[in-house]
Amino acid sequence: MEEAQKYVWEGAIPLQIHLHESEVTTLPTPPPALILAPRIGYLPLLVPQIKPHFSNALPPGSPDTVWFDYNGLPLKWYIPTGVLFDLLCAEPERPWNLTVHFRGYPSNILVPCEGEDSVKWSFINSLKEAAYIINGNCKNVMNMSQPDQVELWRSVLNGNLEAYVRISSKLKLGTVGDEYADGGGQGQVKTGRVPVRLYVWSVSEDFDDLEDAPQIDSWDKISYINRPVEIHGEEGNYFTLQDAVKSILPEYFPNKSSTNEESSRDEDENEQTVPSEEGEKYLSENVESCYPSDNVEIKLVRIQGIEPKMEIPFSWVVKKLTNPEHYLHICVCLKVPQVL
Amino acid sequence: MGTKEEAQGTLSSTDFGVAASAFILNWNTVCSSFPPWTWVLSHHQVEGYLSLENMLLSSTQEEHGELSCPGPGIHSHQEDPIDVDDATLVHTNPCKVHYYDLHIIYCNSYRVPVLYFRAYDSDGEPLEFDEIEKDLPAYSKKALSDSKWTFITQEEHPYLNRPWYKLHPCGTSEWMKLLFHADDALAKTGVAIELYLVAWLSVVGHVVGLRIPFEMMKQL
Repeated sequence: MEEAQKYVWEGAIPLQIHLHESEVTTLPTPPPALILAPRIGYLPLLVPQIKPHFSNALPPGSPDTVWFDYNGLPLKWYIPTGVLFDLLCAEPERPWNLTVHFRGYPSNILVPCEGEDSVKWSFINSLKEAAYIINGNCKNVMNMSQPDQVELWRSVLNGNLEAYVRISSKLKLGTVGDEYADGGGQGQVKTGRVPVRLYVWSVSEDFDDLEDAPQIDSWDKISYINRPVEIHGEEGNYFTLQDAVKSILPEYFPNKSSTNEESSRDEDENEQTVPSEEGEKYLSENVESCYPSDNVEIKLVRIQGIEPKMEIPFSWVVKKLTNPEHYLHICVCLKVPQVL
Repeated sequence: MGTKEEAQGTLSSTDFGVAASAFILNWNTVCSSFPPWTWVLSHHQVEGYLSLENMLLSSTQEEHGELSCPGPGIHSHQEDPIDVDDATLVHTNPCKVHYYDLHIIYCNSYRVPVLYFRAYDSDGEPLEFDEIEKDLPAYSKKALSDSKWTFITQEEHPYLNRPWYKLHPCGTSEWMKLLFHADDALAKTGVAIELYLVAWLSVVGHVVGLRIPFEMMKQL
């Protein structure tokens, strides 16, 4: 069993959870709940542990759906806890102070959540999507037997890596070959697509200390990019993490290699044009990037709480650091020139 | 569109742009009395999507089998029918008037377009799903209840950080494949990309009760 996979599954974030002051009905205020949250888990799954801690303090009447905020920012429940932490805490805060709410679900901002079922559904759906990206179809996930599906989900819920490996290997979702020597051999790289979810936040000023990094106070400040990375087997281990990140941010790092479709002809910006005979003109593909690539700097890349060296082969990162639904979640901080 | 993609019913992100461009021109020509489709750029300026706002879709539309046109004042509750082109303004109870915003967004994972929508009443109040369900044609309601994999769900809009309703893309490439193979004309003339979205929306639109005028298939 992969050592790295074990570390990922055992990774956890210490949380200090406070009940929102508007919902406190007792004196003294209940102390915060201290919970160790698995990185690969999701916040709503912690509710069974949290609720009893506060049940005495809650106002009467049946509660709404539970939701969390960090410094006032409502947290998206379908993003793995570890990713939320890596993204929102530039300077890791331990324990991570969150606020829990049992009322006032912000349904204009957050997608509805009905507890474990919603999280499970979201997980299976992401798994389906990952399967499609990797294999070109999601038959293997759709055809999972009911018991297998249950066991797979349970294994994630309980952090049971052995059970997970047993079930998930039936799904045949390897993107990188498994011929690893026990000592860090890299394995064969297949040509294909790798499921990646990128969370990008941009800053226009430099900062030396992460503590000085600007606070993320709105989800509009983060660009969520759900785009697979294309790997070509021949590049093998020369395709680095840096190459991978840049390849899915063409707006900041325009592709150097021009294919017929993407080559930089002089395109008018944002113009609606009638397709020419060759069907070459297309909307909005202003391939001239908004920022010349020398002015855009990757300031920070975080995966599973680690900041890997950008020269590491991407295949290694994929093999070691993906989440159970087979997605690689990457938090990126970019420094871009001031947008006037 | 490469023949490989054509065979699979999928399309590349670039081709989506081409298809969108053709679609906008087509719709705005044929359906000039309806709200226009526009192209909206995501904040990254590279990805864009198609947007149709304030489209009047209501449950009585099915009986007439026509697209409803909101007429000159989009939010007006005029009781008398207005004849515009082939469309008839449906006599609706002003309280039952439902407006839809439709976004067609390219999905990089499945390599197909995906429909996102939201609905609201004449006061701009968002509609709950059970009210939207009433708008849906009967066959959609049945499919929704039969399907093991629910195909309309509330999910986060890829760019707007708000919950929208989404039509699941999972089977799209399958039926797009069938559509293109079934139609000799499409196969021969090789205008697959330009007609991709018309074909796609003519199937997908059905789910929410949007009918695509036949004229659009003839526009080249």
